[in-house]
Amino acid sequence: MAFLSVENLTYTYGQNTPFEKTAIKDISFSAEKGEIIGLIGHTGSGKSTLVQHLNGLIKPQSGQILLDGTDIWADEKKIREIRFRVGLVFQYPEYQLFEETVEKDIAFGPTNMGLSPEEIKARVYAAAQSVGLREELLAQSPFDLSGGEKRRAAIAGVMAMQPEILIFDEPTAGLDPAGRDQILENIVKYRDATGATILIVSHSMEDMAKVAEKILVMNHGSLALSGTTESVYAQADALVGMGLNVPQITKVFLALRRFGIDLPLVYTVDGAFDAILSFRKGGAPV
Amino acid sequence: MDNIIEVKNVTFEYDSADTSARQVLRNFSLSIARGSFTVILGHNGSGKSTLAKLLNGLYKPTAGAVTVDGMDTADEAHEIDIKRKVGMVFQNPDNQLVASVVEEDVAFGPENLGMEPAEIRLRVDEALKAVDMYDYRKSAPHKLSGGQKQRIAIAGVIAMQPECIVLDEPTAMLDPRGRSEVLDTLVRLNREKGITIVLITHYMNETEPADRVLVMHDGEVIDDGRPREVFSHIDTLKRAGLDLPQTTDLLYRLRQAGLSVPEGVLTVEECVQALLPLLTEVR
Repeated sequence: MAFLSVENLTYTYGQNTPFEKTAIKDISFSAEKGEIIGLIGHTGSGKSTLVQHLNGLIKPQSGQILLDGTDIWADEKKIREIRFRVGLVFQYPEYQLFEETVEKDIAFGPTNMGLSPEEIKARVYAAAQSVGLREELLAQSPFDLSGGEKRRAAIAGVMAMQPEILIFDEPTAGLDPAGRDQILENIVKYRDATGATILIVSHSMEDMAKVAEKILVMNHGSLALSGTTESVYAQADALVGMGLNVPQITKVFLALRRFGIDLPLVYTVDGAFDAILSFRKGGAPV
Repeated sequence: MDNIIEVKNVTFEYDSADTSARQVLRNFSLSIARGSFTVILGHNGSGKSTLAKLLNGLYKPTAGAVTVDGMDTADEAHEIDIKRKVGMVFQNPDNQLVASVVEEDVAFGPENLGMEPAEIRLRVDEALKAVDMYDYRKSAPHKLSGGQKQRIAIAGVIAMQPECIVLDEPTAMLDPRGRSEVLDTLVRLNREKGITIVLITHYMNETEPADRVLVMHDGEVIDDGRPREVFSHIDTLKRAGLDLPQTTDLLYRLRQAGLSVPEGVLTVEECVQALLPLLTEVR
């Protein structure tokens, strides 16, 4: 039994009204502990509706979500507990900072969990460290931080609840390359340290190529493609048809293959570099 | 060359107790040629957003001068004329839309200028057509996609009939489709209407349509040239903390490894052409 199992989830907004719109249709997938999964799809494809189901912000109209084999809605009164186990970092989470100090802001979640003051403090410091926030920043107002620091403080606030599943909605949107790489690195480090399952909603096929082990592709509310990163990126034409961009380097290699050159399919610059060198050595493609 | 904007020896400081960190630009000079498409690249904190706000007088220089068509932005008598000539578009489309109907939003600027209703109608329609959003004129902005919202924000600027549009990371919050919609719109405004475009971004692939690329780092221009020239200066780009396009990065690394490949490669097609000889000669 998978750790997280989503079965035949369907959701329609404005049911029985003229504005009825089916946001997700018959979505099924599963995730194991410690996996990093990329959830890709263009705007309006149903990604946000799906992730809001996973921590019980939206109740399924049909289908179910099993966490460790138990339906998260089995006992409605316990749904709050699910939200501690499945953390959701919204898009632009820095807009949700509100406390007087960074420390208090990060402590907000653990405090709501009713933990002891010592435990809260330990978690706040650990979370700040996970996202690379210097300790002296904890005493400052979150509104005095730089944009990238604010984002990381907001992420630390969710990490401090030590969820078993951590979902990020566009965690790198609006950041520059340095800020983006730092966030992605923090996420991978957090997974390595805690063994949490990570789900990242993203538009960036390049980013997902760097960190994701599995990819889910949503299109018009359905799960159009899913599988290992390699197997999904190999279907470049299908991805382009859904308004998504395959990485530039993948396009180059697809074109080279059309010239009859027997190269493997790559989606990172590292992979492309290795593939070209080993091809020139006459060896079999990696 | 006829310049629409001249930045001469500008120093800019933010008001802050911490003086060391607040001087963003020092003795900075730059000219923007009329009708050009200029892209300014830089990471966060490189001073590019400060520069953008100096270009139409939202910020006034601490020292030095910025002139738009010869008018000093520090001279309050020219304030309205300057803001009409140089329009601004910012990163977050949600923060820039004010009305509940698209065409009313676009009409906001002209209305504030006290224009005749008939003239406003004309300008709004023309602006919406220019960004390919005319069919959405009766829609509610909050129901549009990010790319569509950003094009409405651009239409709001175009309705003021500016000669130049400065855009500060207009695509940072958009998905790939929205990003290319906005970029295509800018190219069209530049090529067909001759509007000067100053596009500030950290996406290097958005430099493709530019005729000039500036790279900013720590408040200084550290590279300035045609996209192809700038992209052949890999070390400068890396120093500026920018992401190389994957194609450029791959060829750079192959060159470092001793292979013979051309410099300044940008597009997928060019990269394929550059790699083909490497892969066919060994056969």
